[in-house]
Amino acid sequence: MNAIAPVGRSLAPFEARLDGIEDPIRHAAVGELRRVGLPGPRVEAWRYTHLRPLAGHEFREAAASFDADLVGRALDESLPRDGLLASTPRLVLVNGRFAPELSSPANGVALPEGVTFERFLASPEFDALATPEREPLVALNTALAVDGVCLSVAEGVAAGRIVLVSVAFAGDEAASFHPRHSVSLGAGASLELIELAVSSGSGAGAATYFHNPVLTCDVGEGAKLTHVKVQKEAAGATHLATVYANIATRGAYDSFTLGLGADLARHEVHARLSGAKAAVHVNGAQLLGEKQVGDITSVITHAAPDCISRQTIRNVLTDHARGVFQGKVHVHQIAQKTDGYQMNQALLLSPHAEIDAKPELEIYADDVKCSHGATVGALDDEQLFYLRSRGVPEAQARRILVEAFLLEVLDLHEDEAGRALLDTALGAALSLRIGRLQGAGQDAGEASE
Amino acid sequence: MSDFLNISGLHARIDADGAPKEILRGVDLIIAPGEVHAIMGPNGSGKSTLSYVLAGREDYEVTSGSVSFKGQDLLAMEPEERAAAGVFLAFQAPIELPGVNNANFLRTAVNAVRRARGDAELDAVAFLKTVRAATKKLSMSDEMLKRNVNVGFSGGEKKRNEVLQMTMLQPSLAILDETDSGLDVDALRIVADGVNALRSPTFSALVITHHQRLLDYLNPDRVHVMARGRIVHSGGAELAKEIDVQGYASFLAEAA
Ligand SMILES: Nc1ncnc2c1ncn2[C@@H]1O[C@H](COP(=O)(O)OP(=O)(O)O)[C@@H](O)[C@H]1O
Ligand SMILES: [Mg+2]
Repeated sequence: MNAIAPVGRSLAPFEARLDGIEDPIRHAAVGELRRVGLPGPRVEAWRYTHLRPLAGHEFREAAASFDADLVGRALDESLPRDGLLASTPRLVLVNGRFAPELSSPANGVALPEGVTFERFLASPEFDALATPEREPLVALNTALAVDGVCLSVAEGVAAGRIVLVSVAFAGDEAASFHPRHSVSLGAGASLELIELAVSSGSGAGAATYFHNPVLTCDVGEGAKLTHVKVQKEAAGATHLATVYANIATRGAYDSFTLGLGADLARHEVHARLSGAKAAVHVNGAQLLGEKQVGDITSVITHAAPDCISRQTIRNVLTDHARGVFQGKVHVHQIAQKTDGYQMNQALLLSPHAEIDAKPELEIYADDVKCSHGATVGALDDEQLFYLRSRGVPEAQARRILVEAFLLEVLDLHEDEAGRALLDTALGAALSLRIGRLQGAGQDAGEASE
Repeated sequence: MSDFLNISGLHARIDADGAPKEILRGVDLIIAPGEVHAIMGPNGSGKSTLSYVLAGREDYEVTSGSVSFKGQDLLAMEPEERAAAGVFLAFQAPIELPGVNNANFLRTAVNAVRRARGDAELDAVAFLKTVRAATKKLSMSDEMLKRNVNVGFSGGEKKRNEVLQMTMLQPSLAILDETDSGLDVDALRIVADGVNALRSPTFSALVITHHQRLLDYLNPDRVHVMARGRIVHSGGAELAKEIDVQGYASFLAEAA
């Protein structure tokens, strides 16, 4: 055991697994963790999102074995066999370990030509894009990562869609898994990565598990990575994810994250526009209730001229839920003609719900266009009355307005299959948080087509 | 049958920045089934407030008086119950609903009202047929159905959208709050046709307007002048012509 007490939160929940790590990179990460501890509320980047829920547990390594029926059922629920994604290649991890028998097609994965897939487990290599020395949760992942998905798309290949599903199979004891994923796109390549984080009921009580993934995305010249993520972890779970994206000249990283589950969740994106005319979208939505905390944090670095960054985030918060948005846009001196936009909007549906937003602009170039804004409000009384005056019952009117608020940001995501997944997940969450639609309404869209 | 709509001694106020402000000061009005009544009157006299109170907007507090509609206590009903019972208000300033598709909105409303009235809901195909017939009658483009409710609509398009909703919801009491304001002659005609198409012995309308023109098409049974929160004068269709020529001044003097 190390004698130096960390300045942040105690590492006790993981201490037993940090001893005896020999790999030099992992060892360095452990050293870093021991130096700073898990971030506490005095660390600026973690001022609004507290890791207190992790304390008091001892997180074991999540089990490698699982009930295949239960996990299969969870998969079918999230990715219906008759849905748009039924025939899309799917990489499934259970408790952070790749599960070949659940991935498609069975017994090995057929991916499009020009796409290579490797398990992290096969030859653990830590991508240089990640900065564990700066992000303690990435250091924790570096120390404890067992498996993950490593994809690379060759130059010029349009790889289509790939689904990456993480299923948590929680037992009775607190457990954690720390998958390490990487995606690399050669020049002119394209890929739509559809990521899902779900859980399968274990039959036991509330799940105390902790999912701590790290994903690095290397987007080559003129390449385009589309990344949709739907986070539907179990109640009681903690989900702390970090994404790094490096975008070369004319490349694009177009992402959308939908946060619905877990008691404590954070989706943190570090995107670096490193070549001219590159673009990044970090859009997202959260729909939270009870005592959920959901955090979307981004650090966007414009390190080259003529780049575009776009962030539109919408939060719907009920009960005692709390949303956090921290968005930093850092424009280097060289990054002239930067076009940056950031907007965080929240709908508070209860007097106890709360949103904390911290936009930050750090601009060293003089010829830039950067705007940011935030709105917070309740449902509009006039809009509610208008709907009700047309005969729509109040509960249904509320749901329609909440849904509309979220659909406006979902509309920013253009891929049909990814969008269908977002809509399905959102529909279920709306029923849970806002109330069921009474009769028609939601599917009437067909009528206008 | 004269108790189709019976407004009696209606007083209503609003909380204007902490201070109660009385807007309706004893409105009396009876509308029989099948009749079209017009309300005219200067700006600020309480016409929109009356229409909101009838539709059930909660910001206005009714301090005394009563409204019965088809024998029911209208003021005790929720806005959606009033819609189901047959009340429809075409808003003076229709509300924009960003993110809500106009066709979805209409179908949701129509089916909510049908459900409440004990009618079978319309499926997507039946709805589409009905709404296409309605838009055609109102010379509206179906393109308006694909847009979000009133978002980016011109003033005239918003008013037409109100008339479309009225047509689809088949009310027995339509309240039109200056639906004709800012419309050109063709659009005005469409509004009038929308109302006239609904006319029957079981349909009544309360038309708030400043203009004689709409009333020429509607040929109202009664015309009322509202001032300072009360109906101060009532007459036949000829009253509107009088007002068109003389303005409200003489009636205001009468009310003072
Ligand atoms: N929400 C409100 N808050 C404060 N005053 C209001 C509100 N609504 C109406 N009023 C006031 O009540 C009076 C009547 O308004 P309104 O009913 O809109 O008249 P009209 O439709 O006849 O022009 C006006 O003086 C108006 O300013
Ligand atoms: Mg008015």
